[in-house]
Amino acid sequence: MSSDHIVGIDLGTTNSLVAYMQGDSPVVIPGEDGLNLVPSVVALDENNQIIVGNAARRHLIETPERAVYSIKRLMGRGLEDIQKELKLFPFQLADDLHEGEVLRIKIGERTYTPPEISALVLRQLKRNAERFFGAPVTQAVITVPAYFNDAQRQATKDAGRIAGLNVLRLVNEPTAASLAYGLDKKKHGIVVVYDLGGGTFDISILKLHDGIFEVIATNGDTHLGGDDIDNLLIAIALDDIRGELGLDFRRDLRRSGEAVQRIRQAVIEAKIALSSQPAAKLDVDLPGGKKYQREISLADFEQMIQPIIDRTVAPCKQALKDAGVKPEQIDEVVLVGGSTRIPKVRRLVQDLFRRVPHTDLNPDEVVALGAAVQANILGGGSEITKEMLLLDVTPLSLGIEVAGGVTDKIILRNSTVPASATQYYTTQVDGQTNVAIHVLQGERELARDCRSLARFDLKGVPPMPAGMPRIEVRFLIDANGILRVSAREQRSGQEAEIDVQPSYGLTDEQVENMLLESFDFAEEDFRQRQIIEARREADTILTALAKAKNNQAWHELTTEERRNVETLEKALAAVKDGDDFHAIRAGIDALNEATMRLAELMMDTAVSTALKGKAMDDTDLEEGPQAGHPVAKADFE
Amino acid sequence: MRAVHFCSSCGKVQPPVPVDYFTFFGFPRKLNLDTAGLEKEFYALSRRLHPDLFAQANPEERAFSLEQSSMLNDAYRTLKDPIKRTEYLLRLEGVELEEQSKQATEKARATGKLKKQVVPPDLLEEVFELNMHLEELRTQRKTGEDDPAILEEIGKAKLSLEEKYAALFNELKIEWNKWDKSVDDATTNGAEADRQKILDKILDVLNRRNYVRNLVRDVNEALE
Repeated sequence: MSSDHIVGIDLGTTNSLVAYMQGDSPVVIPGEDGLNLVPSVVALDENNQIIVGNAARRHLIETPERAVYSIKRLMGRGLEDIQKELKLFPFQLADDLHEGEVLRIKIGERTYTPPEISALVLRQLKRNAERFFGAPVTQAVITVPAYFNDAQRQATKDAGRIAGLNVLRLVNEPTAASLAYGLDKKKHGIVVVYDLGGGTFDISILKLHDGIFEVIATNGDTHLGGDDIDNLLIAIALDDIRGELGLDFRRDLRRSGEAVQRIRQAVIEAKIALSSQPAAKLDVDLPGGKKYQREISLADFEQMIQPIIDRTVAPCKQALKDAGVKPEQIDEVVLVGGSTRIPKVRRLVQDLFRRVPHTDLNPDEVVALGAAVQANILGGGSEITKEMLLLDVTPLSLGIEVAGGVTDKIILRNSTVPASATQYYTTQVDGQTNVAIHVLQGERELARDCRSLARFDLKGVPPMPAGMPRIEVRFLIDANGILRVSAREQRSGQEAEIDVQPSYGLTDEQVENMLLESFDFAEEDFRQRQIIEARREADTILTALAKAKNNQAWHELTTEERRNVETLEKALAAVKDGDDFHAIRAGIDALNEATMRLAELMMDTAVSTALKGKAMDDTDLEEGPQAGHPVAKADFE
Repeated sequence: MRAVHFCSSCGKVQPPVPVDYFTFFGFPRKLNLDTAGLEKEFYALSRRLHPDLFAQANPEERAFSLEQSSMLNDAYRTLKDPIKRTEYLLRLEGVELEEQSKQATEKARATGKLKKQVVPPDLLEEVFELNMHLEELRTQRKTGEDDPAILEEIGKAKLSLEEKYAALFNELKIEWNKWDKSVDDATTNGAEADRQKILDKILDVLNRRNYVRNLVRDVNEALE
């Protein structure tokens, strides 16, 4: 088991990465295309094959209803609280979705829950790592925003499981970044990590000393990031287009999906350009032949995004306050996340913390690298990591709803985890055998203003007069920041059975089913792929044969041989559009064999052109060099 | 005496024994505490008990490490803060403070009645005047005027309260010393009744301090 590589994964809103510890340093594992970043985009092609990453981005523009991006924004959330997201993102919800149900997103004709979509991205990263090592990868550390609540964390863990990974630990992104930062330089002091990614913002204040990375306070906004800047620019563009060209794409985002995705791509390119240029141009080809062009100056851009960036200030100030730290006491500020490349963001950080931020680390990769360091620690550590220890905190207070709809906080925010609290309950009614507990996360006074985490139903309380049972309930937040509950009736010593209804998540049973389903889909997807490949090969051979009949060699065959070939030709043509892979395969093999002599004859009479059996269109058989054997076996994976 | 976290012969992590936080760290049950020493011990124990170190261990050890480190963190958090430490000690010694007020608050919220607030006698006059000023301020605010004289009065009252708040902490520390001495004396002569008196006094100081703190909070809210 220890020979298995444990990898670190950054499951980002915009891009995902997988990394591992190579000797003394963490290293990102590239994909098949040689790129380190895998866009967190999932699409279904026209054959319902799942495409992940850069290839999926093309599908996003051409067939946006068959693709999804930024799914991290929906993880661990319910129908009511994503209404705002729906206005800004072209997420298509399943038609039969009810309140209180886990979200399901439509991609093409299929529906998936957010953890399943994330699992597809994780599966891609898993494959990249397995290809790199030439060995299975089954254990991983996955990062989450520090400010993610319990439901969001659980959803991430579920995604890992569905992808076939044993998630050893969820690590908070800023903490992971600090590991990458503090790894080699024996850093010491107070470090602030400002992490502005595609969809989430985290601010963490850590104390580094003697290899211990201790988080003192953390704060953030799980719905604030580069995506919001993009959406603002898209909105402005859509307004422009309506004004100038009279086209209102805004009225139906779904139908104008393609137009919006093209605008989105242009807007992102402009945004990136403005990090190093004083102006950028939007130049979009709209469907229908019209063009949209606009220049954006740096000054305009900075004015537009000011309100979005300003939203990072309050969490920073609160974190400093909670940590009891003043800007003067900070030793280093580390920037994480692609959006920190924006010069205006850097200036804001510099003003807030009164020092120039550290920008040596690649803001896109540092989280994955840190996750790899943590993966190394969990695997037993190595020379360079053996003195390192991570002490992280829970970002949100944990509370119980009590009489009057008020939240009673039992574990305060910024408590080091693992952390626990014990509460005592009793019964209201004689013989009562169940006690219901509603657990929440958040800082507000009223339960309805906090985030409902789950309802726990404690069953199996021995029947006693009301008020007699003394039920000890233990709430434990583990090192992943996820809550566990256990309960015991003290007088009888009986363990209570706890039924958990997660407010926004999947039950264990649902995850198990998805795990099996994802294998089934993998099976089905593989089968589909096989059929498609076989069909292609059949087409190739049939086309070649049709052309070969014009060749002199055809007439050199005996009548019987010709009849035999034509019978098999018809047979193959009949099955090739069906779903029976074996029939197609058998048909191809039979026809190949029957046309062996024809091929030999054709080769004898001319110089052959090497045909791989794939690009028939490239070769003209009517004139020029003669073909060799018309079909070569296609390469199957 | 300190709790055994690891087996002395094989070195493996043990299930946590239900001990109090002081025993967990091997500290005496005293209110004055060497916080630097506590921190050092916290880091040392963290390095050995943290779940990260047991990721590849068997499920039993993983469970023990989870339990032990949550207790470690809870204990450290409680003992590090002077007030939390004091309240914890009171609870250990059987003095019910939190549950009382929490119950009272819950009851009040459920029935909608006002919670009975006991005003510390030495503050009676101050509180009376302050409430008067705050009421005036509220009335004025309705008409939109902020009388600078009232604001000044309230400002002065707030300062006085903040001073009292600080003074109460010093009072608390005096009681701490008494308690610690009684712990030392207890080993020589048993003085149960005296110890109970000290505990009662500590509870009294804490309550008064809480009262003043809530008052200052109310003033700040009113001034916003």
